[in-house]
Amino acid sequence: MNIELGLNNTANNNEVVIEIDNIKKQYRLGTIGGGTLKGDLQSWWARVRKKEDPNTKIGSKVYAKNEKFMALNGVSFDVKKGETIGLIGGNGAGKSTLLKLLSRVTAPTEGEIRIKGKISSMLEVGTGFHPELTGRENVYLNGAILGMKRKEVDERIEEIIDFSECRQFIDTPVKRYSSGMFVKLAFSVAAHLNCDIMLMDEVLAVGDMAFQKKCIDKMVSVARDEGKTIIYVSHNMQTIRQLCSRCIVLKKGEVIFNGDVERGIDIYLHNDEITAKLFNDYTDCHRFNFLTDKVLMDSLQILDKDMCHYKDDEKIRFKLKMHCDEDVKSLSLRFMIHNSDQMVVATSACIGFMECKKGKSYEKVFELDVTPLATGVYKVLPVLFELNELGEVIDCDGVYPGLVFEHEKTTDLNWKSKLYGDTALADMICIE
Amino acid sequence: MKKNNGEWTAIIRPKTGWFDIDLREIWHYKDLIFMFLKRNFNSAYKQTVLGPLWFLINPLLSSSMYTLVFGQIAKISTDGVPQFLFYLCSHAAWGYFSTCLSSTASTFTGNAYLFGKVYFPRLVSPITSVIYGLLSFFIQLLLLAAAIVIFALRGEPVYPNIHMLLLPVLILQMALLGMGCGIIISSVTTKYRDLTILIGFGLQLWMYGTPVVYPISQVKNIAPGFEQLIWLNPVAPIINNFRYAVLGCGEMNYTYWGISWIVTVFVLFVGVLIFSRFEKTFMDTV
Repeated sequence: MNIELGLNNTANNNEVVIEIDNIKKQYRLGTIGGGTLKGDLQSWWARVRKKEDPNTKIGSKVYAKNEKFMALNGVSFDVKKGETIGLIGGNGAGKSTLLKLLSRVTAPTEGEIRIKGKISSMLEVGTGFHPELTGRENVYLNGAILGMKRKEVDERIEEIIDFSECRQFIDTPVKRYSSGMFVKLAFSVAAHLNCDIMLMDEVLAVGDMAFQKKCIDKMVSVARDEGKTIIYVSHNMQTIRQLCSRCIVLKKGEVIFNGDVERGIDIYLHNDEITAKLFNDYTDCHRFNFLTDKVLMDSLQILDKDMCHYKDDEKIRFKLKMHCDEDVKSLSLRFMIHNSDQMVVATSACIGFMECKKGKSYEKVFELDVTPLATGVYKVLPVLFELNELGEVIDCDGVYPGLVFEHEKTTDLNWKSKLYGDTALADMICIE
Repeated sequence: MKKNNGEWTAIIRPKTGWFDIDLREIWHYKDLIFMFLKRNFNSAYKQTVLGPLWFLINPLLSSSMYTLVFGQIAKISTDGVPQFLFYLCSHAAWGYFSTCLSSTASTFTGNAYLFGKVYFPRLVSPITSVIYGLLSFFIQLLLLAAAIVIFALRGEPVYPNIHMLLLPVLILQMALLGMGCGIIISSVTTKYRDLTILIGFGLQLWMYGTPVVYPISQVKNIAPGFEQLIWLNPVAPIINNFRYAVLGCGEMNYTYWGISWIVTVFVLFVGVLIFSRFEKTFMDTV
């Protein structure tokens, strides 16, 4: 596969071709409801008389006149020439809205997008194909819809037909095509577009595996050799890995990550709800209900740092606030450290650090060394517990994730967590 | 590849002024207009037995029906012109206008699936419809020409005259007026579907308010003074002058034609403004 190729193509050009500047897109809720002129007039008349809107369904949520939904809420980023950007995020994160704004299908509510070069979208393969026309005619039609001149299609038609593997059927109406052929032809047109920036929305999820690979190779070479810029939206992380040089993760209309592809995918897949915070408030957190609740944690604050990012030999220092509802003779704390796949990778404990009395609040400062952990983002489940007379562990309180931090390990080995695991023990020494 | 001189090729902004319309852009998409025309033509009569023959059958049948109903049964005068020719001519002219209007009126709703996926100047669509309408209109004109020759050879009172040189102006006006009304309606129908229903019978009512199945002289005879009102209908002078140029029936009227042109330009202007206003965000409401 072409993972390496995909990663290297940003190198030589730093020219910015797309500047997205604090873009917001707002949709109104509810008010479009009426649907007919009569309905809207009724609603309007009711509002004028301050009466109840007859078009509001009884029992349904009444939307205020100005109730808004921000599909995009202040998105900003730049794209450089020749980059292949992967845009990922859950449903409703705003990916498609962003592509729609970029392709000028609809206009933003606020903000500005500046584009250098010709932009073309393959938002959905096959839109604009007419079933009655032959493959060849549809190539011309689709090319024209996507902004190509007839002459430009003339120059590429042979290439397009070859790529689509549909030469045999090119003069047959496309309504007789199998869905695979249809999609292959549609993709071929789009892939041979004469443009500088391509927008693609889930387009590679089509065709058989061989064709998919061919498409990805084609896109990679388009980006690398022709200097085209690609913005690609997909839920298929494999294709994102293969194609993209950078990853932008959207969530609820905001950019939550912009950078390395693997990290981006990680954040999208696992750390959906979590961001690394210095101050972690536990007052309203979800608790596991098998805990005894004798002592409850109020908050955990990181000390001496302005980011939860630790290099080797940097120790995590934090202040834990808690309050006591029942006497505990010997309270202990343990940190259960999870990796991004939610697996416990290590645990550290502080046994019997204090005795606490009912009704009192406490603040304690701890220090933890995480040097053995491999590079990555970790989530901590802090648990307060007591050891009873028999040495049994009785958990009082735990919050997950109580802390998120990132550790950067310097090793001479190019550490791959998937292969080597999440714990990097100290280097072996050859003694004889 | 485009040469970069540090300038942006496109800037996408939220609010644009009413007059922010780039008509040159449409020219860049002339190939698209051509492809749409080809698509419409190729797909229109696919899998029909008679194919493009329908272009002829439709006006022939309609005109025969008009002749029967309005000419023979209702006995409406046609200013001495053979009834069949009168109705063939009126039907062609009104038909083109109403096609322009009704086909452009569904621009947004009918193309939503396409407009929602890719960008191209939306005006390309109504322009295509209007040009495509010309095709069947010209076929009808050829049919009309053939009929005129036949009738003239039989010695019937038909007088095509020099005013035929004005036909392109008349046809252009029909197209512009029809499109102007159509794109206004299409913009409004993005929110209110009521107008779609209105178009069907609205056009029919309009037709009866236009001297299509009767000559304007009839109005003068039967309801004097009322014809002034009819003249103010911007389509009336077009149909009347068209019929005069082709058949020599009635007389040219330049005054009301002038007014009609003013209305046409105004409607088209307002139409393009509203259309451009709506095209930017119609996907959110359609």
